[in-house]
Amino acid sequence: MSVTKEVSKIKQTPQSDKIKQKPIVMYEDVHKSFGDVEVLKGINLQIKPGEKLALIGPSGSGKTTIIRMLMTLEEPTEGNIIVGDNNLWKVKKDGEFKRANEKHLRKVRGEIGMVFQHFNLFPHMTILQNCMTGPVQVKKESKASARERSIQMLEKVGLGDKLDNYPNQLSGGQKQRVAMARALVMRPRIMLFDEVTSALDPELVGEVLEVIRDIAQDGEMAMVLVTHEMDFAQEIADRIVFLEDGVIAEEGTPTEVLEQSTNERLQSFLHRFRSSNGN
Amino acid sequence: MEIFPVLLKGINVTLIVLVLSAILAYLIAFIAGFGRLSNVWIIRKFTGFYIEIFRGTSLIVQLFWFFYAIPMLFNVNLGNELMAGVLAISLNYGAYMSEIVRGSIIAVDKGQTEAAIALNMTRFQRMRYVILPQAVRMMLPEFGNYLIQILKATSLVSLIGMTDILYHGNILRSTNLAMAPTIYLLILVFYFILALPLIFLTRKMESISKKGVAQS
Repeated sequence: MSVTKEVSKIKQTPQSDKIKQKPIVMYEDVHKSFGDVEVLKGINLQIKPGEKLALIGPSGSGKTTIIRMLMTLEEPTEGNIIVGDNNLWKVKKDGEFKRANEKHLRKVRGEIGMVFQHFNLFPHMTILQNCMTGPVQVKKESKASARERSIQMLEKVGLGDKLDNYPNQLSGGQKQRVAMARALVMRPRIMLFDEVTSALDPELVGEVLEVIRDIAQDGEMAMVLVTHEMDFAQEIADRIVFLEDGVIAEEGTPTEVLEQSTNERLQSFLHRFRSSNGN
Repeated sequence: MEIFPVLLKGINVTLIVLVLSAILAYLIAFIAGFGRLSNVWIIRKFTGFYIEIFRGTSLIVQLFWFFYAIPMLFNVNLGNELMAGVLAISLNYGAYMSEIVRGSIIAVDKGQTEAAIALNMTRFQRMRYVILPQAVRMMLPEFGNYLIQILKATSLVSLIGMTDILYHGNILRSTNLAMAPTIYLLILVFYFILALPLIFLTRKMESISKKGVAQS
């Protein structure tokens, strides 16, 4: 009960401001091919500051590729991705757009954080070191301050008692919570979640969703969730985007997409999804 | 029996050649290993050429090249037999071990690089704080194995007149052929005793390397 109350609270406050605000991320006709296979066939998408966006769709529909391009892990084949005032993958030089170099990518991606399906924690570092390394090495924050903030963040995700443990001593759910703390201490304006519960045992999914719910309530940070947790997407997202076959097939509020849409492909996806989940 | 004290005189030289060759070989292994992974075409090709030449030819012949041929051909003085011996051994084993360096760096899971990019680390930081600490753990057991091999290879420097264990044994044998079996048995024992701590070191490294690596 308390959960639904809190959620409706988040959705109300920033919603009206959000619509007026300039988008923090814009995809303009973005294409991506891997070899001969075109995975994305012209994506147009905007993310507003503080917005919670869920990307759903069958596997292979390109949803993970969308956020991996934003994190600069994949380069688009065509089109533009604008982050703030910068073109993420291109630099204008002598009136021509050229492929961005590492320096440009570093400047632009500083506001973006990501949590991965397989956690990707650094196995040779303790939990605390995993969290501290970003602020200390990248942001040149003092060790004392990074340490203090990392401990706070780890306490927030419920792992304050595991600071000196190594990742291989934790359960999957705990690892994923560390990964979130590690991304959060960098204070990103946009957080990307790439199927963060897909590699977890079913009984560990809840604790991770709980933390995401908690983060979402802080409100200021934009979040993009690639997820198969339909109920969770409905609960937490301001907007849901349904991808199929490399294009955005449907887009709108959770109610519009999950309950009112007449898009046949979406219907069949939701049907398949719900029947395989036993509800 | 005076074999033992005579052989003992050679231990100094064997150890000096071992230590210098090992240090230089590891250094070369890292330089060539990174060279093979370079973004620059010419560096990649050049290190690849070096590695194939030194892996594809015999160490004894390389040793003779450094000691006899190169000084004569190019009129460069490599200093002395120690320089020639250490250079040949370290360039040879450096070539082999550079493949371990390269292979270990590649073997670190791609997700590690991606997580480091997500934290906005520079290329150097990614290598220094994320990839290399894990890659080195993978290198350690193989590095230990090669250290034992380098020890055994040091016996070749007796062929360019360095007074190591084998050299002293050979001198002894040439004065008293009947003692040959005893002499060479003792030489084997000498090398084995020197190798023992290295074998234990390798085991230790293996146990270290089992912890803290994300492999793809």
